[in-house]
Amino acid sequence: MLLQISEPGQSAKPHERKLAIGIDLGTSNSVVATVRSGEPVVLADEQDNSICPSLVHYTAEGGVVVGQAASEKLLSDPANTINSIKRLMGRGVEDSASLGQSLPYTFTEKEGSGVPYISTVAGEFSPIEISSEILKHLAALGERSLSSGSASELDGAVITVPAYFDEAQRQATKDAATLAGLKVLRLLNEPTAAAVAYGLDKQAEGLIAVYDLGGGTFDVSILRLSKGVFEVLSTGGDSALGGDDFDQAIVDWVLNESAHAKTLEPVEQRALLLKARDAKEQLAGSHSTTIEFNNQLFELNRETLAEVLQPLISRSIKSCRRALRDADISAEDVDNVVLVGGSTRTLAVREAVANLFGQEPLSDLDPDRVVALGAAIQADILVGNKPDSDMLLLDVIPLSLGIETMGGLVEQIISRNTAIPVAKAQEFTTFKDGQTAMAVHVLQGERDLVSACRSLARFELRGIPPMVAGAAKIRVVFQVDADGLLMVSAEELTSGVKTSVDIKPSYGLADDDISRMLQDSFSHAKDDMKARALREQQVEAERVLEALVPALEADGDLLSEQERQTIVQAMEALLQTRQSAESPRDIEAAIEVVAQCTDDFAARRMDRSIKSALAGQNLDDIDS
Amino acid sequence: MSLTMTASAIEHVQRHLDSRGKGVGIRVGVQTTGCSGLSYVLEFVDDVNPEDNTFDQGGFSLVVDPKSLAYLDGTELDFVKEGLNEGFQFNNPNAKNACGCGESFHV
Repeated sequence: MLLQISEPGQSAKPHERKLAIGIDLGTSNSVVATVRSGEPVVLADEQDNSICPSLVHYTAEGGVVVGQAASEKLLSDPANTINSIKRLMGRGVEDSASLGQSLPYTFTEKEGSGVPYISTVAGEFSPIEISSEILKHLAALGERSLSSGSASELDGAVITVPAYFDEAQRQATKDAATLAGLKVLRLLNEPTAAAVAYGLDKQAEGLIAVYDLGGGTFDVSILRLSKGVFEVLSTGGDSALGGDDFDQAIVDWVLNESAHAKTLEPVEQRALLLKARDAKEQLAGSHSTTIEFNNQLFELNRETLAEVLQPLISRSIKSCRRALRDADISAEDVDNVVLVGGSTRTLAVREAVANLFGQEPLSDLDPDRVVALGAAIQADILVGNKPDSDMLLLDVIPLSLGIETMGGLVEQIISRNTAIPVAKAQEFTTFKDGQTAMAVHVLQGERDLVSACRSLARFELRGIPPMVAGAAKIRVVFQVDADGLLMVSAEELTSGVKTSVDIKPSYGLADDDISRMLQDSFSHAKDDMKARALREQQVEAERVLEALVPALEADGDLLSEQERQTIVQAMEALLQTRQSAESPRDIEAAIEVVAQCTDDFAARRMDRSIKSALAGQNLDDIDS
Repeated sequence: MSLTMTASAIEHVQRHLDSRGKGVGIRVGVQTTGCSGLSYVLEFVDDVNPEDNTFDQGGFSLVVDPKSLAYLDGTELDFVKEGLNEGFQFNNPNAKNACGCGESFHV
């Protein structure tokens, strides 16, 4: 029985000590950490490796090898050694087709799943299954390191995800953890975990920028600390930018220098990538190094490396500027800048960051371990080992959530950068008389048109009692929990008919990654506005026509034949304009024409309905 | 009546105190819970109570309340590694038997 030191008065009763770990599930490397005697520590395996390559190797016998042991198979058996699986988490089949060009795997699609499967000698596996092998490996390491006497099973884990992960990617990560038998205490944004690891919560207040350039993803977050509470003001980044791209850029440079024309075999490609990575890592400590390729030596120095990486680094700096703008602050307002991710060891990156913020970034903690350490601290609190802790983490929604309304427009219900957990409701109504069902289409994105946003789920609210258009009250509630996972419910208030859905994302994301979706929303703002105005007028025209047809049927006898002709002609003109017009004003004008020639008709109908309502009633009754 | 610590235990406690940034030492003790009568307490100390016994360990104090001292007299506090696991262990000559899980003991 081995004991850890507790805070005063907080010694756990026997059998009540909770075992919790924090996992940084990275694109190229993963790390597991825990809190021992009040201090976060990274856990190492029997060979003293604390950084586990995010590699899964499948053998012909159906065996699975994870981590360091799998890295030996990278060169000898690349097709059965899965690398950077995080890039495919929550992605659809089309994405893997385009992302897959640089990956040496064979993709297959299982009927109806929409999820890409990777073919290996041991069978076909989804990204979730492959990712769960890494989590199992890390959880086993955690159990071997922590188990004592009674407690040998982990009580829970905090797993970090890029702040940019959308609902589908977060859900996929959670599914992988469940498959690995882990209880997920919370999914935590990586930059938030890094700020916790640096103990920035011990300051009174301040603005913190976290620059996280990992193997496969880039995140920047602007955090505000006040009274010991972190609030994420904004997040930004690029879900397809990282050290892997640095390595690829160096490979491209070598190929260019050597004028090597033919495409590389997967084995050659891997070998050159590893050399490129070595060279990059050496340049963090020395001024120049050489890469051997095709029996030629290529000299790479820091200046050349900076040039080669410049386009990639400036992409990250642009994301930083956008995040600052979203947070409505300028670079000088930032009090601390934290560096996370192994790629921040590259000198050119540090210089670019220091240059942008006008200060030296914090880098005392190992940038590869800092996220796991923060996750461990959070796990320790959430599992209840530190009951007095008042540290609350507020995260934000990276992209707005909304539903489709008439005309293919998106109505935002929860807007981007809203702190979670959050619940918001909005009331909608029916469009047609006697409508008994309503389709709810849940979307994520910043654009005005459904086609430009990501579809998350569709469901139907059925059993709405037949009423005239606009009379039903349908309340749609969006609820996002602390992990950023979404539940949507719809209820018809007069009848109480209700239905809800947990977002099981449709994995239908085309190649548009989130950062591009965001950028598009800025660059297409004007187009979107025009398109929205046009759609709105089209819907309005439809509504007018929908109302007129039954009115003519019911009360057509109030009109002379000529009046009737005029109205019908105006309606036909409107129908025509609605379909062909490119300007919302044209439709508006046509609606106006219809309105003018139906004014009289409307007045006569009103008279008739009042008369029929009053018929046979005493004046006294009406007064009362 | 006395308590001792091994060099390894002293080193680890000192390191934890340094990284914690505050505290005058560690408290050892027993509490009357557990499946076999008593269990150990190991905590950081910010305030020493008037009735406490303190044993100087160089950079910090080993603190124990008088009631616990009776159960712990002669105990050596050690820091050990077992496989990947590591932590503090009480080598208590008074303990007669422990429960299966090892979290509590009899005297």
